[in-house]
Amino acid sequence: MFNYGFFNFDSKAELLDKAIEYWNPGKTKFWQDAGIDLVIDRREGYFLYDMSGRRLIDLHLNGGTYNFGHRNPELVATLKSALDYFDMGNHWFPSVARAAFAEKLVKTAPGMKYAIFGAGGAEAVEIALKTARYATKRRKIVSIIKGYHGHSGLSVATGDDRFSKIFLADRPEEFVQVPFNDIDALERALRGRDVAAFIIETIPATYGFPMPNDGYLKACQELCRRYGTLYIADEVQTGLMRTGMMWGWQSYGLEPDMFVTGKGLGGGIYPISACVVTEKCGGWLHEDGAAHISTSGGSELGCVVGHQVIDILQRPEVISNVHFVADFFHRSLNQMMAAHSDVFVGIRQRGVILGLEFDHPEGAVAVSRALYENGVWAIFSSLDKRVLQFKPGVLLDVATCQEIVDRMEAAMPRVRALLRSPRRAA
Amino acid sequence: MQMQLHEDAPRLVVPDRAEATARMKIDRAGWAVRSYARFDRAAVMRVTRAVAEAAHKAAQEYAEWAVRETGMGVVEHKRLKNELSAHPLVDFYENTDLVNPRVDTGRKMVEIPKPAGVVLALTPATNPVSTLYYKAILALLSRNAVIFSPHPLARACCAHAAARLEAAAVAAGAPAGLIQCIEEPSVPLVQALMASPKVQVILATGGGPMVRAAYSSGNPAIGVGPGNAPVYVDPTADQTLAAQRIVDSKAFDNSVLCTNESVLISLAENANRLERGLRAAGAHILSEPEVGKLRAWLFPHGHLNTAAVGKSAVWIAQQAGLRVVPSTRVLIAPVAQVGLDEPLTREKLCPVLAWATAETFERATGMAQMILRMTGAGHSAAIHCEDPQKAMDFAAALSVYRVVVNAPCSQGAAGFATHLAPSFMIGTGYFGRSSVGENIGPQHLVHWTRLAWNSDASVQMGDFGAVRAPFEGQAPAPRPAPAPAAAPLAEAGGMDRDMLRQLILQELRELTRGQS
Ligand SMILES: Cc1ncc(COP(=O)(O)O)c(C=O)c1O
Repeated sequence: MFNYGFFNFDSKAELLDKAIEYWNPGKTKFWQDAGIDLVIDRREGYFLYDMSGRRLIDLHLNGGTYNFGHRNPELVATLKSALDYFDMGNHWFPSVARAAFAEKLVKTAPGMKYAIFGAGGAEAVEIALKTARYATKRRKIVSIIKGYHGHSGLSVATGDDRFSKIFLADRPEEFVQVPFNDIDALERALRGRDVAAFIIETIPATYGFPMPNDGYLKACQELCRRYGTLYIADEVQTGLMRTGMMWGWQSYGLEPDMFVTGKGLGGGIYPISACVVTEKCGGWLHEDGAAHISTSGGSELGCVVGHQVIDILQRPEVISNVHFVADFFHRSLNQMMAAHSDVFVGIRQRGVILGLEFDHPEGAVAVSRALYENGVWAIFSSLDKRVLQFKPGVLLDVATCQEIVDRMEAAMPRVRALLRSPRRAA
Repeated sequence: MQMQLHEDAPRLVVPDRAEATARMKIDRAGWAVRSYARFDRAAVMRVTRAVAEAAHKAAQEYAEWAVRETGMGVVEHKRLKNELSAHPLVDFYENTDLVNPRVDTGRKMVEIPKPAGVVLALTPATNPVSTLYYKAILALLSRNAVIFSPHPLARACCAHAAARLEAAAVAAGAPAGLIQCIEEPSVPLVQALMASPKVQVILATGGGPMVRAAYSSGNPAIGVGPGNAPVYVDPTADQTLAAQRIVDSKAFDNSVLCTNESVLISLAENANRLERGLRAAGAHILSEPEVGKLRAWLFPHGHLNTAAVGKSAVWIAQQAGLRVVPSTRVLIAPVAQVGLDEPLTREKLCPVLAWATAETFERATGMAQMILRMTGAGHSAAIHCEDPQKAMDFAAALSVYRVVVNAPCSQGAAGFATHLAPSFMIGTGYFGRSSVGENIGPQHLVHWTRLAWNSDASVQMGDFGAVRAPFEGQAPAPRPAPAPAAAPLAEAGGMDRDMLRQLILQELRELTRGQS
């Protein structure tokens, strides 16, 4: 019996039935079909425990949400401490936590002026796109093909039509997409001087972390400047030290007009996101500060946690650790690729953001499954199933990293077997 | 409205940043040592030499800083100790190879050295930077990473020195994070770190309670107990020379080395000759009333007055209300008894020497053992004599692991005036509730994996001439992180000055209850 005090289940099977019955039959069944019968129960540090008790090392981290691991003790203590004094707060009023966190955040980002808070990444993207429209008085938004910015009204329209068409939320006349790493295509899209914003993930996550060509992002930014379009960096997965610097755009020498952060900003324990903007973009905050409203956006509890998240990321020990982890995987994965070059064909890496390429259209689905069977949870890229998203946390220690590599090595025969079998992974 | 006691007290409890950061340092050290443990011997020696050179260059600066910060010791002597813990220490281990595997074809055995990993090193207030230098060099020679937890009284000079050595190591090609220092040391923090499963060994130098805590942590530890060295001067010795050495030793850094002589024992027959020698060397021999005054000041209610630790003889005399000439280097207090009933025969860590007289050599040896029974077991003793049999008998009878002969004990037991290993960790062994009985060296931070072949003559070992060594040489290290800025003393971890002072006082009390 799984007794959680507030509710209980006789078995994992019962839970799965209930999930299908009351929650989300499609998602529940998808994972069952994929051979990944995970129901995350206990979690601690970089470890997840399935309801069966089986331990998994988490390399998915929900895109960096668990950058510091699960239930990081310092962050849990911070949230508990905040709960002894604050609650979500009243979004209408100025507050100490929001002001302090906004200042802390803005000061990490040279050139930026205001932090506008939301509860999730999509909401922060929404704020960025609305802000761009306000500032430019233009309507069009350009994004890249296979970009991913969330699933709310405007943000979902920037993304893959798999997610917009089903809800009749695609708006091709206002939302234009250009291929990644194609600077000419972007110029053609912007030339008409009717585009409010170009939004791009600094390294496109859901696309499998293809690396921007040398100078590509800078050239995009210059085109934006030339045609009066605002450049929005989506840093939901590339921010918070994951590239080895606080913000991914810093590591490419960019000066975006706005950037968006979420996921790990709340330390995986309290949802908070932010759209950070320059003075030039922030005009609406003067004209009508209540033009965007969100009851749970910028909750004071989230602000206290986020403040501590930034504080932790600025410690020299953490910065150093990120470099060690990045360096470790750079070396060991290259070694591994050399030994398994028949299936493992490419490594994309910047800091602790990695995409591993496998020589099969669904290669990463098989690898994900083989790793799962070997105690590691890493997810394939939804929009390019050749590529495994490999996202180690910034606080990982030597022993866990070595174990990851050992387990991965152990999984390789199974990867081959899955790729060879006619029924494939999923 | 609820009345608040302190307007400025934080309304939210901030989680202990010092502890969280210290745990990150341990992980960082784990990464650093992962790559450093694969350095070959040439690279190891290059890094160690570079660090020794940086240490040597800064010897004077940190000698001044340590005296200024702790109020203990003598700048000139601290400089000397710092210098000795740099190049001469490396010289001593120049031929101790803790990196290359050893192949013993005769015994059909191959031995591969395996560094401990992350060493947590405590440094005392009395010898802060010299101990830090020493432990850093030991760690580097044995391919370990070290994290220092300095005594709070000496935290600023230690943090600065550690950062400088780290920078020198990195400049010489070492990975960043090999030498780190806790910025805000405190007793609870050190205790928490000592229990970390990611710490492989604790090098505990400090007060008795801290050493016991290290041994109770559940982690392997090398802790050394307090000293209280008896020194016996035999009639066969050159009395003038013996007296000179003893006074020099006591005056050295105002006796803060745990190896300093605590109680002088001599026979009645050579008392006069010895006394002349002691006076000539700069000692003030106290009269009976003076001894009473000194005892009252130095051991109020039977406990050592910690203000005396590392202070000069003249200053102590002044405080105790004694008149001495300004050139006085040591205060000598003749005592009728030794052991529990005479506090002056306990460890004092200041240039005060108790002097007891015995009728026979056997009685003198018995006295020495009585002193050690009280405190200082496993540590050091000294003898000045020209009779090898007596030296042998003395050493055989005493519960110590080193007996310095015809040399100043402060320096001699620490390996600086003898051929003992130069050390700021004097292993007090089983007598002194420690795991090691010799002077601690880098070899104690390495264990060996032994490949042992079948001893049957028919089984061949094979040729190891062409076998690859298990290291990669010096690997390009990832970018070093900027050094953390040390917070000013008053802001330590949100503690106010009073709390900090309380903490320091408590530490000091512990420190002087039994200082190695
Ligand atoms: C790059 C990027 N932007 C935005 C989002 C949307 O964030 P959320 O799911 O919190 O709305 C995601 C989520 O995966 C993302 O990866």
